[in-house]
Amino acid sequence: MNTKHREALLGYLYISPWLIGFLCLTLGPLLASLYFGFTQYNLLSAPKFIGLQNYIHLLHDPDFWQSLYVTFYYAIFSVPLDLLVALGMAILLNQKVRLMRWFRTIFYLPAVLPPVAVAILWNWILNPKYGILNRFLAILHLPQPQWLVTPQWTVPSFIVMSVWGVGTWMITFLAGLQDVPVNLYEAAIIDGASVLKKFWYITLPMISPVLFFNLVMGVIAAFSFFTQAFVMGSGYGGQGAGVNNAGLFYALNIYIQGFSDLNMGYASALAWVLFLIVLLLTLLIFKSSALWVYYGGERE
Amino acid sequence: MSARTSLTADTSYATGVSVRFSRRLSRVVTYLLLVGTSVCFLIPFAWLIVSAFKTSDEIFVYPPIWWPEHWRWENFVQALTTLPFGRYALNSILIAVINVVGNVVSCSLVAYGFARFRFPGRRILFMVLLATMMVPSQVLLVPQFVLFHELGWTNTFLPLTVPAFFGSAFYVFLLRQFFMTLPLELEEAAKIDGAGSLRTFLTIVLPQVKPALTAVAIFSFQGAWNDFLSPLIYLNDPTKFTLQLGLAQFQGTYHTEWNLIMAATVVVMLPMLAIFFAAQRYFIEGITMTGLKG
Repeated sequence: MNTKHREALLGYLYISPWLIGFLCLTLGPLLASLYFGFTQYNLLSAPKFIGLQNYIHLLHDPDFWQSLYVTFYYAIFSVPLDLLVALGMAILLNQKVRLMRWFRTIFYLPAVLPPVAVAILWNWILNPKYGILNRFLAILHLPQPQWLVTPQWTVPSFIVMSVWGVGTWMITFLAGLQDVPVNLYEAAIIDGASVLKKFWYITLPMISPVLFFNLVMGVIAAFSFFTQAFVMGSGYGGQGAGVNNAGLFYALNIYIQGFSDLNMGYASALAWVLFLIVLLLTLLIFKSSALWVYYGGERE
Repeated sequence: MSARTSLTADTSYATGVSVRFSRRLSRVVTYLLLVGTSVCFLIPFAWLIVSAFKTSDEIFVYPPIWWPEHWRWENFVQALTTLPFGRYALNSILIAVINVVGNVVSCSLVAYGFARFRFPGRRILFMVLLATMMVPSQVLLVPQFVLFHELGWTNTFLPLTVPAFFGSAFYVFLLRQFFMTLPLELEEAAKIDGAGSLRTFLTIVLPQVKPALTAVAIFSFQGAWNDFLSPLIYLNDPTKFTLQLGLAQFQGTYHTEWNLIMAATVVVMLPMLAIFFAAQRYFIEGITMTGLKG
């Protein structure tokens, strides 16, 4: 066996754990769930092929549309808001401030905590009567919403909570900011550029790849949002979906269909629709990236 | 001549003052914003801790009070003994540690394969690996459950631990980035000395990427420790519950006793807080490596 073949064989050997895992735990299940989507399946008896019925049912299922609405509502507000807050905090930390490490620790800390614990804590913070948030709003003479107790404030509750967990995005932004070559700013200062201009023409293009990465990951995370929805909604009825299903996130609906009601076939159909939506959104972001993401000269 | 110089000196002095003033102003604004945001980020923690020490009466005072009259440590004893939290903690630790071992072993092997060997399809397979990061986990939930159900693995720790031994895209990517930065010379020298590939990998390559391995270990511990969905669908036997399941169940059972719920929440948060403070550097390096080069 020549060296080239030997090298290839060794390469395959090294990556074999992932390759096997990919086939058995990702690709296989992905195809299996495509098949289950066309069946009626409750785990106890064999899957029964029913053609497109799950997908037709889905179009007339109010829970499906509700979950789509809740998830889009959450994603449209939380993703841009969280990215903006994360970027703002990273810019503040990048100002060569004293105690930068302390501030960074404080901002990042909530992001490492267990989502269950975070959700329970926020359940208590958002308590309309005894919670601390409404107490502050009362002191400031601002209106005090009923948060998770009322349907129209349920999704905003989750959006408010999501801001507390932007630490990971902030760290990536900060790393991106620290990678911007200083001489670009020096040249801009000689040209007399204002702070705003420097941000718009230098900082933003230079960190646009990080913004792109965070945007893709943020959209996927928003569409997979589950734990907090389940834990916080469960106090308000409807199998964890809150008052009047106001907190019925897409992933939660899949869970309820698949694992509470044992409609594994229908849950698979729902999962595939989610997969296609996320795929489409990711592709859109990728396509649009040619217009707004700047890659330095050294990239292919 | 001298008048002209003094004039220019004057104007530059004036701009100097205004530049210095606006710099100082922007520093003040920066610090105000930093301190303000920090306070906003710390208040939930403060609220958590004071609530955990209050009596049931103090919890339900309107308007809410900040300081408990006296700090009730008994809340922690009561919260942790009503459910077998010790058992849950042991389960969580066991699952998390197996995940750490599985991920460190499998991901470092796979990452090394992608970083150092040329084989047909390498580029495509690596793209596929990255693409798997974009598959929402919910899509695989039902078929994976069916698979593990058929294997008879439900209500055991196997579905929560075995997958870690097959690599994870995020960690493979992170480690590959580190392997790519290593110079080839040491490995080539080892090869000339007659060391086998695996031996070179274990004795020469791995020691050079210890910080990255630590980051992977920490992230996979965090992932397994914080996971809720998988234990929720795979474990039914209460003696097998993890801390996260136990905490969620605790909230469901004692849903009005917020002081006890907060006490349990503090305890479930503590291990992650401890790990974070001990190893913050690795968290930040790990995120930086993957986020930037993505």
